[in-house]
Amino acid sequence: MSMDLSRFHQTFFEESFEGLDSMEAALLRLDPADVDAETINTIFRAAHSIKGGGGTFGFTAVSAFTHLLETLLDQMRSGRRAVVPELVNLLLRSVDAVRELLQAARDGRAANLELIAGHQLALEQALAGPATPAVPTVVVAAGGEPAVAAPNRGWRIRFAPHPGLFRSGNDPLRILRELSGLGQLRSEVELPAPLKLSATVAEESHARWQLELISGASEAEVREAFAWVEDDCELEITALAPVAEARPALTLIQGGRAEAPVAAASAPRWTGPERRGGNEATGSIRVPTDKIDVLINLVGELVITQAMLAQTGAQLDPVANERLLTALAQLDRNTRSLQESVMGIRMLPMDFVFSRFPRMIHDLAGKLGKQVRLETQGADTELDKSVIEKIADPLTHLVRNALDHGIETPEQRRAAGKPEEGVITLAASHRGGNIIIEIVDDGRGLDRERILAKARSQGLEAADTLSDAEVWQLIFAPGFSTAEVITDVSGRGVGMDVVKKNILALNGQVELASQLGRGMRITIRLPLTLAILDGMSIAVGNEVFIVPLAAVVESLQARPDDVKTIGHSSRVVRVRNELVPLIDLHELVRLPGGAVGEHNLCILIESEGRKLALGVDELLGQQQVVVKSLESNYRRVPYMSGATILGDGRVALILDAAELVRRTQPAIAA
Amino acid sequence: MDTAATEARKITAAADSRSDIAAGREYLTFTLGAEEYGVDILKVQEIRGYDAVTRIPDAPDFIKGVINLRGTIVPVVDMRLKFKLGKAEYNEFTVMIILNIARRVVGMVVDGVSDVLQLTAEQIRPAPEFGGAVNTRYITGLGALDQRMLILVDIEKLMSGADMALMDAQAQSLQ
Repeated sequence: MSMDLSRFHQTFFEESFEGLDSMEAALLRLDPADVDAETINTIFRAAHSIKGGGGTFGFTAVSAFTHLLETLLDQMRSGRRAVVPELVNLLLRSVDAVRELLQAARDGRAANLELIAGHQLALEQALAGPATPAVPTVVVAAGGEPAVAAPNRGWRIRFAPHPGLFRSGNDPLRILRELSGLGQLRSEVELPAPLKLSATVAEESHARWQLELISGASEAEVREAFAWVEDDCELEITALAPVAEARPALTLIQGGRAEAPVAAASAPRWTGPERRGGNEATGSIRVPTDKIDVLINLVGELVITQAMLAQTGAQLDPVANERLLTALAQLDRNTRSLQESVMGIRMLPMDFVFSRFPRMIHDLAGKLGKQVRLETQGADTELDKSVIEKIADPLTHLVRNALDHGIETPEQRRAAGKPEEGVITLAASHRGGNIIIEIVDDGRGLDRERILAKARSQGLEAADTLSDAEVWQLIFAPGFSTAEVITDVSGRGVGMDVVKKNILALNGQVELASQLGRGMRITIRLPLTLAILDGMSIAVGNEVFIVPLAAVVESLQARPDDVKTIGHSSRVVRVRNELVPLIDLHELVRLPGGAVGEHNLCILIESEGRKLALGVDELLGQQQVVVKSLESNYRRVPYMSGATILGDGRVALILDAAELVRRTQPAIAA
Repeated sequence: MDTAATEARKITAAADSRSDIAAGREYLTFTLGAEEYGVDILKVQEIRGYDAVTRIPDAPDFIKGVINLRGTIVPVVDMRLKFKLGKAEYNEFTVMIILNIARRVVGMVVDGVSDVLQLTAEQIRPAPEFGGAVNTRYITGLGALDQRMLILVDIEKLMSGADMALMDAQAQSLQ
């Protein structure tokens, strides 16, 4: 019988890459001085799954390589081989090799065989080398021979299969039968407290078992029964105390344990004895992003339809249409919460980005001969997926910079009276409608004089009177680098300007604070999502435009004598003691209808520290709008950053404040 | 607008019922001035009446603006203005063909939508060296059907062309 397995490939690759990530994370956690058996087990399990999958789907190179890895890990977890830093580094490199093999297999290209062969050789050598047994203090890992066997009466087993257990073709009953063959078995079934049959999928396993096995069998024998489901359940096997409390043979507690701390809302999620990698425990499903985008679009439409209904409803007689109006109010609430939940789907924790740094810092610090510890805070802070993806590269660059330029070598640090180990802190938090990401290092900080000298040597204008903040901003200038040595890590002077550009493109801001010799703090402020924007709607002629509220300073009614004409057509408006360039939106967007320059209602906008007054016909109000791309079906429109759909179903364009200020300013200055 | 929409529904329904016929290709025909044109029915997403269009600054006059098509922002081109044919009037009979080309959605205003026709290979003759308002580069052939003469247009190529100003240069080079 041949089966087409290719449709499972995608899942295999996704799971394997996740497995590699968790292997990497676990390897970095692994402290040779204090080996945690469970950490090695996690690594082993991930390697094992990849090997198994690779074999099943015919990726022999993957399974052959992972087999070596697994053998080495097995020796480590059984304590036959000591965990030493060199070995950990070898394993990390092997993880890269497996990743390369998997990527090659996924993309259907040839893998970098030279690299793989090199790693394979290293692994084989390591395996061939004398196995140095671990020091006896190392806890014997689960799966090894039991440390205590003989005086034991039996075992207490806590078995909590994941909901997807049945899907892998396993049956808990078979396991129970197998166990009862070993001795006298008592079992107790627990069901999650509010188990609603209507909401339960029959193919999912929701029960968990507390088992007591009175038997002389060894732990390994007991574990054997669970061999097939090891990855699909949470399993805890403890030796029974000599006198076990009496329990009824089989109690089925329906809806019981509700009084237990297991929260009703999170019923299918047990807090197991071990902390497993994220989505295993929370029971997530994979959904392609475009499906979510379709959902978000549909909800956006629903919100618009709802707004249209509300507008129509407001014109009805409240007495005669009371029931209709109540229903409309209900619809309003439901649509809003639906919208919020749907937007929430796109949110990912910052950990998504943060998790890549431990490995990077480990490798880089080793290469640069520095000692660096990474601390992360607020990794759970959620951010829109599209923002997270776009912030990853700038963040990587900043962390790399902090490590390369910020943190000193251990000798320099000692000389400066600082601990040899530098600390880089990554912190994320919510503040208002923004997310704040901070990159803090306790390195040498920015050197004002050197930056000024460097700026001048590169022909940048840099007066001595600049404030510190203005000096720091110089490092964002294109081609600027103060690094003494150009390393292959950073220092080529490309980067900081790109970092700033990327952050600005996300409607974000970046600020620097630094103290010479003490360290530096980079603060990035980003909007939570790119999909929704707080806007002010304004009317020009018959058209409605949206100005991002973040850019609006104030709106004002200019008196005729406050408006001055400079040169031919450039105009400025006096706002208190400041002269601000004035642009009539009519003139700018060149739309028919409405006269130019006859009104004096202005909106003052600010971007990148420069101001601009926009002449408009009418202010309509403030509202949250869903940002839609103009480029997906059309092309870029000058001065517009996108479009949105108004409550009446019409399209309104969103003004790009940064571009307006940038493109209109030089003309006026000239 | 209602009339146009009803008409549109009839035509779309007709297209559905005929899509089973395997031989030959099907064309949606529309009129521009005195000429009758045909486009590959598979490029047509739907037919709508002309609706509230939001003007775009700095766009050529034949780009009428953008509409909200069930949550998507779709540009609208008036072919009558582009090819200087017919009178560009907007009333309840004005029809817009929504095209799905090069993974983009574009609305096209024409004088009227007439029919869905099936043409066999024998009925299609090579394009003449000189043609009507549409550049011969975009004409794939002439369809002869009884007394009618259809100008068959490669609508994807036409809409992706630089002179339509519908795409950024970058997007064009990707085509």
